[in-house]
Amino acid sequence: MAEEKHHIVPYRVYIIVLVALLVLTFASIGITEIELGAYTVAGALIFACIKSFLVLTYFMHLKYDKTYIKIMVGSVFVLFIVILVFTFLDYLYR
Amino acid sequence: MEETAHTEHVHYDAEASKIGMWLFIFTELLLFGGLFIIYSVYRFKNPEAFHLAATELNTTIGALNTVLLLISSMTIAMSTTTLQLKKKGATLGLLVITCVIGVVFLVNKYFEWGVKFDHGIWPGSEHLLNDFSQGEILFFGLYFVMTGLHALHIIIGLIIIVVAVWRVQKGTIHENRPSLLENAGLYWHLVDLIWIFLFPLFYLIT
Repeated sequence: MAEEKHHIVPYRVYIIVLVALLVLTFASIGITEIELGAYTVAGALIFACIKSFLVLTYFMHLKYDKTYIKIMVGSVFVLFIVILVFTFLDYLYR
Repeated sequence: MEETAHTEHVHYDAEASKIGMWLFIFTELLLFGGLFIIYSVYRFKNPEAFHLAATELNTTIGALNTVLLLISSMTIAMSTTTLQLKKKGATLGLLVITCVIGVVFLVNKYFEWGVKFDHGIWPGSEHLLNDFSQGEILFFGLYFVMTGLHALHIIIGLIIIVVAVWRVQKGTIHENRPSLLENAGLYWHLVDLIWIFLFPLFYLIT
């Protein structure tokens, strides 16, 4: 069987991503301690989205995966956002 | 049936097993996704109560657990690299570190929940039902269900990693057969991914 050659991710990449994730974690703790009112939720969620993007791309190897796997993963998040938006359209305008 | 006797024809399809793992991860994402939608609707309906209840949670323990999970995610991701570089000892070492960090996470969770129980706060407890508002009861219900379900995933992830350690040791996971380790990694990252959202929603936004 022809073994598919895997992309070997260098250790350096993982260490850089971990440092970025830790910095983002402490930044999100910092930003929620400032009184921003309604923007606190948005701020914390933006940091969480950036962090999950890094985890998906580098730790879960999506960067090195075939396009169709990326599309599949993207579709699930789009589906989630659609359900969230529809739920809130219902609650906001009922 | 006869074909199964020829061990050299053992079916192995790395791509198919990766797709299978991702499909399973999608069901997990939508399971937690549903809970996140419940959380956001209840938060929208009870902003004051959620604000008040969230101040009860210990941000320091939450932050510590976040850091632990992120580090463990890196160690298991690194183990896929060491496996491909045929460094068996390093692979085993990284997997054991991942396991130890996972156990420390659970120990922290045990103490965190223990403090809540000592304060008389658990799902359906008299103190919670009598002295808290409807919104706060909802917050703590979601807190126990979501972090509990997440902890259950940590336990399952630990079992899978232990199996991976055993199979790497035995030599049935190696540079040409990395699927089980890679899928174990994907599962562990999923657990990390969920925590990335649980942490700000329960511990940070007060």
